[in-house]
Amino acid sequence: MNRESKKSVRSSLIHFDNVSKVYLGNSVAVEDINFTIEPSEFVSIVGHSGAGKTTLLKLLLAEVHPSSGNVLFESTIVHKLPKYERTKLRRRIGMVFQDFRLLSHKTAYENISFAMEAAGREDDEIEVDVPYVLDLVGLREKTWHFPTELSGGEKQRLAIARAIVNQPDVVVADEPTGNLDPVNTYEVMQILKKINNLGTTVLLSTHDKGVVDILENRVLTMKNGRIIRDDETGSYHL
Amino acid sequence: MSFFENSQRIIRAGFTSFWRNKFITASAILIMTVTLFIMGSLLFIGAMLDTSLEQISEKVDINVYFTTDARESDILSLQSALESRDDVAAVEYVSQQEALDNFRSANRDDDLIIQALEELQENPLGAYFNVQATDSQYYEDIANYLQSDAPVVAGSQNIIDRVNFQQNRDAIERLTSIIQSLDTFSFLVIIVFALIAALIVFNTIRLAIFSSRDEISVMELMGASRGYVRGPFVLEGVMYGIVSALITLLLFYPISLWGEDTTSTFFGGEGSFTYFLNNFGELFVILMITGIALGGISSYIAVRKYLDI
Repeated sequence: MNRESKKSVRSSLIHFDNVSKVYLGNSVAVEDINFTIEPSEFVSIVGHSGAGKTTLLKLLLAEVHPSSGNVLFESTIVHKLPKYERTKLRRRIGMVFQDFRLLSHKTAYENISFAMEAAGREDDEIEVDVPYVLDLVGLREKTWHFPTELSGGEKQRLAIARAIVNQPDVVVADEPTGNLDPVNTYEVMQILKKINNLGTTVLLSTHDKGVVDILENRVLTMKNGRIIRDDETGSYHL
Repeated sequence: MSFFENSQRIIRAGFTSFWRNKFITASAILIMTVTLFIMGSLLFIGAMLDTSLEQISEKVDINVYFTTDARESDILSLQSALESRDDVAAVEYVSQQEALDNFRSANRDDDLIIQALEELQENPLGAYFNVQATDSQYYEDIANYLQSDAPVVAGSQNIIDRVNFQQNRDAIERLTSIIQSLDTFSFLVIIVFALIAALIVFNTIRLAIFSSRDEISVMELMGASRGYVRGPFVLEGVMYGIVSALITLLLFYPISLWGEDTTSTFFGGEGSFTYFLNNFGELFVILMITGIALGGISSYIAVRKYLDI
């Protein structure tokens, strides 16, 4: 790493430095991954299933450790963090999943307040912030509804509300539109864009060409565990 | 976030988990109650046997029987020698005539014995001492003293016919041995049941962790602290212990009341209910601490094993 790139790493939010991950049985998940994400960027990671997108996100969350190389979050090597520090790191990363991962026996309000409680937020903050994020994702009227009473798009919007309520530095969305119809996909993407416009970095993993093409943001294209393209205002090319 | 607020949330989550898995919670509480009940019962029995032993020991003395031709002056000088010992609390002297009177009185309804005594020309009974030690552990020393040459020095040569401590000692030793065996047996039973209870609680917590896996994954995602995620499960184990201890104490009330007369007669001391009332505080503390330790430790081990956070 030369002096200029070191300086760039220091100012960047996320940096993958020659990262490879080989699972047991010599299955290579990702190989020689190098990229940097600046604060407030909106980056899409695209690729077919098995391309290594999810492994990349797991590496960022320190759920898996790289076989070689380093993953840095604000110049901190994430996999070298002790467990206690790792929980602090996760408070700075909001996660959104394809399968929503909502708690079915809790209402929309409770799903979000539960996430805030888990992150150690005060009760008075919860009372103010939960209605605010529900407003932000357009679910204020569904405050006391259970996930089973919500549509797919509403569930994903609730999951996004939960991901952003603790004001993370970055929102990581792993195939968030995978289970949604085009209308709901559009709505979810609008919300992610809105969050990004408010200053939060968004890292989106998807294989939905339509989504990537309308965003007109930076696109990292993965194939067989490698990044084969890094386009500043790219579109889906595979 | 304040410590109080955090603790409040952990306690609330612990209660939620406690109620959510009603069936497995009930099974954990049941086996823990059985364990604590057995432990409490053995404590009861042990304490009452100890009281019995104490009472029997208190009744024990050394009887020193003198020959019929022993001179009273020799007997009295031996009494002085005994009374001068630090380990002797009291020496009761029963003269030959008193011994005969006591015997007559004890057998006044037995005509044959009374008639036989009348036909004898002289008093067939010797005088005797009832010697009480300051502590039961000294009886053996006193008996050894009486059977040694020392009394001879005190001027009582050949006047001691027999010293009956040995028979009493055998009875006490048998009783002590029974109590010790019972203590060992109780200890083993308690250990076995404690292990069973710990395993049940361990598995209950494992199931609770499994049934809460969605919440746990959300908590992990949100960066919840280790204590915040693990705390409710450990608390749940502690609650099993507290509830089981309370149920056990509640069960002891009617059962000990029911057994009051029987145990009082059988053990010869205070009955089970009296013991329960007199030692309620101690029982409460013992059962509570055991329950909390059993539930807390086994759930802590389960959480460490199955919640890798």
